[in-house]
Amino acid sequence: MKHRFPASAALALILAAAVGASPAAAQSFAITNAHLVTPGPVGEVDNGTILVRDGRIVAAGNGVAVPAGLHTIDAKGAVVTPGLIAVNTALGLVEVNSVDGSVDTKTKNSGISASFDVQYGLNPASTLIPIARLGGITHAVVMPDYDDSDQERELPFAGKAAMISLGEGGNILHRPGIGMMLELGEDGAARVGGSRAAEFVQLRQIFDLARQAPREEYPFELSQADVAALKPVLAGTMPLIVVVHRAADIRQVLKLARDYKLKIILSGAEEAWRVADEIAAAKVPVLVNPTSNIPSSFDMLGASLQNAAILKAAGVEIAIGGNDAGHRVREMRYNAGLAVSRGLPYAAGIEALTLAPARIFGVADQMGSIAPGKAADIVIWDGDPLEPLTQPTAIFIAGQEQPLISRATELGKRYMR
Amino acid sequence: MAAGKIVAVGADIAVPTGARVIDGRGKWVTPGIIDAHSHLGVFAAPGVQGHADGNENIDPYTAHVWAEHSVWPQDPVFTKARAGGVTSLLILPGSANLFGGRGVSVKNIPAVTVQQMKFPGAPYTLKMACGENPKGRYGSRGRAPATRMGEVAGFRRAWIDAAEYGRKVDAYEKKRARGEAAEAPKRDLGLETLAGVLKGDILVQNHCYRADEMAVMLDVGHEFGYKTRAFHHAVEAYKIADLLVADDVCVATWATRWGFKMEAYDAIEENAAILSKAGVCVAIHSDEQRLVQRLNVESAVAIAAGRRAGIDISQEEAIKWITINPAKIMGIADKTGSLEPGKMADVVLWSKNPFSVYAIAEKVFIDGALVLDTSDPATRYKSDFEIGQPVGEE
Repeated sequence: MKHRFPASAALALILAAAVGASPAAAQSFAITNAHLVTPGPVGEVDNGTILVRDGRIVAAGNGVAVPAGLHTIDAKGAVVTPGLIAVNTALGLVEVNSVDGSVDTKTKNSGISASFDVQYGLNPASTLIPIARLGGITHAVVMPDYDDSDQERELPFAGKAAMISLGEGGNILHRPGIGMMLELGEDGAARVGGSRAAEFVQLRQIFDLARQAPREEYPFELSQADVAALKPVLAGTMPLIVVVHRAADIRQVLKLARDYKLKIILSGAEEAWRVADEIAAAKVPVLVNPTSNIPSSFDMLGASLQNAAILKAAGVEIAIGGNDAGHRVREMRYNAGLAVSRGLPYAAGIEALTLAPARIFGVADQMGSIAPGKAADIVIWDGDPLEPLTQPTAIFIAGQEQPLISRATELGKRYMR
Repeated sequence: MAAGKIVAVGADIAVPTGARVIDGRGKWVTPGIIDAHSHLGVFAAPGVQGHADGNENIDPYTAHVWAEHSVWPQDPVFTKARAGGVTSLLILPGSANLFGGRGVSVKNIPAVTVQQMKFPGAPYTLKMACGENPKGRYGSRGRAPATRMGEVAGFRRAWIDAAEYGRKVDAYEKKRARGEAAEAPKRDLGLETLAGVLKGDILVQNHCYRADEMAVMLDVGHEFGYKTRAFHHAVEAYKIADLLVADDVCVATWATRWGFKMEAYDAIEENAAILSKAGVCVAIHSDEQRLVQRLNVESAVAIAAGRRAGIDISQEEAIKWITINPAKIMGIADKTGSLEPGKMADVVLWSKNPFSVYAIAEKVFIDGALVLDTSDPATRYKSDFEIGQPVGEE
């Protein structure tokens, strides 16, 4: 797929960029001689140029002139993509999984479920962030989890997710409250008494209650704050991210969403391929992990390496995630490669790491592709980004060049002889 | 390949008339992939309590249990591993105990019994574990070991008992050999295994993460006269490459896993490359159900990390990480792990360079038998568990 950037539009943008051009600020530069690979109108082009001004892309494609004096990076034909956007992560909320004090993904507090909000637990100094960034990841969706240590606790919702930036320095929160987490299926049912038949009844009761006037007290260990947190979900302004596996459960979720006019995102969804047409018809996006092909439970006997490819072919919007919520998020690009090896078109593999998650979480106006007006979240690679033999050679987040080091690379250097 | 063995390998080999010829133009051929650290069959899918047969975790000293007595050949993940080119595996007990029990080397063939899968002539191995797992399991239940020093004391005490047991058995056998009357000492399954290690018959596979801890375990080996065949996981091995070279100890590790517990915090992707460069025998292992399907991709991650750090790892070197080096760890390198005349015909035909994420194992041979052929779906064996179930492809 080759797209040529429309010359007239490019010219207009260059002129816009040239007006008031300041001496090469750190966040204003050009990347030339790039093999651009991006979703959106620019597409895949050889010998492309990207103009960045004040951290934003102002022009991209062929035939883009570089203003004199602008700091220019010659990509020498290397592949250049938008920064990757990770989904299903706990980046910034976890340091060492087994060290409770370093994990902020979940709570034992019985008054906080839907109102749990990851934005307050973020740790910009987490060593996981530079390590994920070295995988070309520039943004991540950070999601809460359930604390199941008290098995008596009724716990329908895990709480509110946020979008973070993996850029160096200070505030990593990009946008709070981008979704409400709910796990259904076998594990979800276990939290509400052990049966799906109870799970969906309870959910419907909760949604009915939340639509009514506020009360002093609520059942199911819901606090007033929890019920208030569900208001945007019921209004359809905050997506409900539903972790679900079995095809029959997916059908129930689709019905629930229809009945309550919810905006939903499916996550996990190992058996989604079996109901791909229904998911497509409902215009519901799916967050998938192509490596999840193990019949780990009776919830996902149909788990298959072909899930991503089948969903995409049916017209479902998919985003591809990494191999855990934190330390192995960087493997998301290989997972896209794996899906491509099983029939997902290459461009769809790239999109599932970039523009698709941006669209799914409502930030496609800001990120997810190399296009004028978007933040300059850009990665230069030494090969095909879906291949494990490939590494990034330069990473920019909002135009800021990021260091290509992490605690792990520093440890390696110390011990290399 | 003939009669289950490789007959000849190379460029100018005359093909006997009547031999089946597979055109491999544009494709890649490697030895069968070998995973030196697996729990397939002992922690089978689905991961229900009824399938949790990998850790006899009610006592830290369980050298008497054998993983082969837990292996469920119907674990559907064996088939998935085969699709990743895996032809042999070392199935180990878990790491909850100081001595977890004996591992079993198997050929990854569809089977009904473990006896059908057992690798002919493979030596026995003993799983040992240091660090957070044993002390976490038992310390939290108010019993030893609760600390790393408690673990080492436990190991040393056990080796003292094993040495004494070995002396008794030796004395009995000497008397019998001289024709003298002697009463056989009562067999002790656990001490029998440990005494087998001291004699060099059973290979030690030691789960150990931290560099300092591996160095202590090497000292324990020196004190009692046993050799560690491999440290498993060994995510800090890059800190003590010289010690590992000096003791000729192999390392079985990952590239990608890190940070899930404190002792995995210093894991780096460069581990394998640094060790390889230093001359350590390195294997990339899985220890899990998903990764066993793509040990080739995991190795590519490790190659790339090496290159990023300025260590150029050749493909010839990296393929050893998942073939001959795990074979060495399992004590079967004279039988499989490379494409040489006389070795078992364990061979994979890949669609592309196997270090590419797009490579698919198109044909997998075990002992010369075509056990998987992607052009013939009938060869995709479904385990009994999957029969009549709505399972997915691949």
